[in-house]
Amino acid sequence: MKNTLRYYGKYPDEYGHYGEFGGKFAPEILIPALDELEQSFHENYSSEKFQAELINLYGDYAGRPTPLYFCERLSEKFGCKVYFKREDLVHGGAHKLNNTLGQALLATKMKKDRLIAETGAGQHGFATAIAGAKFGLTTEIFMGHKDVMRQKHNVYRMKLLGAKVIPVYSGDQTLKDAINEALRDWISNIHHTHYLIGSVVGPHPYPLIVREFQRVIGKEIKEQIMTKEGRLPDVILACIGGGSNAMGTFYEFIENDSTALIGIEAEGEGIATGKHGASLFAGTKGILHGALTYILQDEYGQIQESHSISAGLDYPGVGPEHVLLKEIGRLKVVAATDKEALEAIDLCCKTEGIIPALEPAHAIAHAAKISAEYDKDDIMVITLSGSGSKDLDILKQHMRLEE
Amino acid sequence: MSKIEQKFIELEKKNEKALIPFITLGDPSPEFSLKIVRTLVDSGADIIELGIPFSDPIADGPTIQASSMRSLANGMTPDLAFNLVKEIRGFTNIPLVFLTYYNIVFQRGVNRFFHDCSECGIDGVIIPDLPVEEAALALEASRKTNVDLIFIVTPATSESRLSKILQVARGFVYVVSLFGVTGARKKLSEITLETLKKIKPYTKGKIPVSVGFGISKPEHVKELILAGADGAIVGSAIIDILAKNLKHEKVVIEKIGKYVQIMKKMTIRHW
Repeated sequence: MKNTLRYYGKYPDEYGHYGEFGGKFAPEILIPALDELEQSFHENYSSEKFQAELINLYGDYAGRPTPLYFCERLSEKFGCKVYFKREDLVHGGAHKLNNTLGQALLATKMKKDRLIAETGAGQHGFATAIAGAKFGLTTEIFMGHKDVMRQKHNVYRMKLLGAKVIPVYSGDQTLKDAINEALRDWISNIHHTHYLIGSVVGPHPYPLIVREFQRVIGKEIKEQIMTKEGRLPDVILACIGGGSNAMGTFYEFIENDSTALIGIEAEGEGIATGKHGASLFAGTKGILHGALTYILQDEYGQIQESHSISAGLDYPGVGPEHVLLKEIGRLKVVAATDKEALEAIDLCCKTEGIIPALEPAHAIAHAAKISAEYDKDDIMVITLSGSGSKDLDILKQHMRLEE
Repeated sequence: MSKIEQKFIELEKKNEKALIPFITLGDPSPEFSLKIVRTLVDSGADIIELGIPFSDPIADGPTIQASSMRSLANGMTPDLAFNLVKEIRGFTNIPLVFLTYYNIVFQRGVNRFFHDCSECGIDGVIIPDLPVEEAALALEASRKTNVDLIFIVTPATSESRLSKILQVARGFVYVVSLFGVTGARKKLSEITLETLKKIKPYTKGKIPVSVGFGISKPEHVKELILAGADGAIVGSAIIDILAKNLKHEKVVIEKIGKYVQIMKKMTIRHW
């Protein structure tokens, strides 16, 4: 099949726009800091020295490349060739470290001695705490009070690594409020602090920076599948909360028309109930956390609380580049419910001996739904963005096992 | 010349500077916030900033966040805000300025928002998360409706950005006086006065400069004016009075009235 889409090099434009989306809707006081970050990112990221340091970190410290694993029994069940990209095997148990190592390295180049980050479930906070400790940087993690209460293990892990966890009591006391509070802290401390955003969201240049540090996922998939199969996959699936593992997975394949890209959002208890996190699938155009994107909001523009059994998908916004990819028809966006995700965990545990995190379980759930559309020689790749060991408390509440 | 700019000239003739109080419309209720506005007017406010609450106010400290939440919890909407302004126009003619975040403007439709502002008697709009690079739509709507789009400059704004902002700024320039979010502070920071000094040569004779963030005491107002400010913006300190006395309407009105009178006195040059 011919590749007709010309995409690379066009996005973002010099103002950080992906088509009409993205941009820099940030308070004036942050603009010089965002400009400095953008300049420093371009200077460093294009230097051989930085790239060599990053590759070294990814290899010896993070454990990359992660395997592209052929799921033999799941393939039998689905009736096509199923591969997992094992980001759950990255140090820390999720893809999040790809980005935090990159940004922490960048922060040291910018002579910043303090990292701040937001976290929902605690995965990004944990990955930031790891990077902060590794580079000897003061690390403070903003976390909604509700999340602090329901994610005690991750709070403990972050503290163990020497990070300070700051509970956020404003708003709904969840992820979006943690981002608000981190932005407020950054406004007050821009000279010596780097705000390490955990997903492809926020004002420019964050969606670009996080995409670039996560692209390693897709680059590896491409090499590995060529070695194993001699051709590109027919379909790639990844879950989307803010969208960093999905962007990292999809980016290398955008101009390969023969590979379908499917992003799976959190349908929660069902779109009709209003209790979901499907900003791309069911949201509307608006501005949140510095970018024009798709968000969950009421008719007046007040941001609505999202819901998902998976904290990593529980966010009322989404990366602006995902919106562009959806609008140009390159990315298909669907959603899976809490219940479907739990069923997918059970399936994955018992067929492959892998406990996936609740987030990628949404992608596995959708893969199960569409598997009948694929023949036995078709290749399906699912990014397993994180390990389910962080979710045991939640799984215990929902999946009763016999004594 | 816009009504806001005229106000500054009028004050200048009387040897006065502008006192610009801020409150959130609908905090703690639409009716009560009307009474507070009336008190601000009666106590000498020259211009009033009216907040339309947004669920995620990233440039605001705890005081104004809490105020926004109280207002939203009591049913405040942009529609109601426009209606309240119509009522305010029944008892005062002083310039009124909306302060709200861009998503609120965007959801109404940028053109429609400015059109409604002009219809109900709003003279200017401040949007803290809309930097000049993203402001093309809002600027066009502002020009069409003669509702001033008021821009913010900060201690971090470079000279080249400042001149870009001054090319399009109308009404007054809002100087954020420190590295931080809104909220009352005990002392003015040195950087406030330095920032004013840096900005004044570019604005003199072109556009008035008002300073906000952290201003709570009469001596702050005096210091700012001596340093060349044309106006002082006071928000959190007023809302603190409200928040501490929520259940006592009379006390709130009395205390805010007195406070604004004292602050206004400091803008009159007889000291």
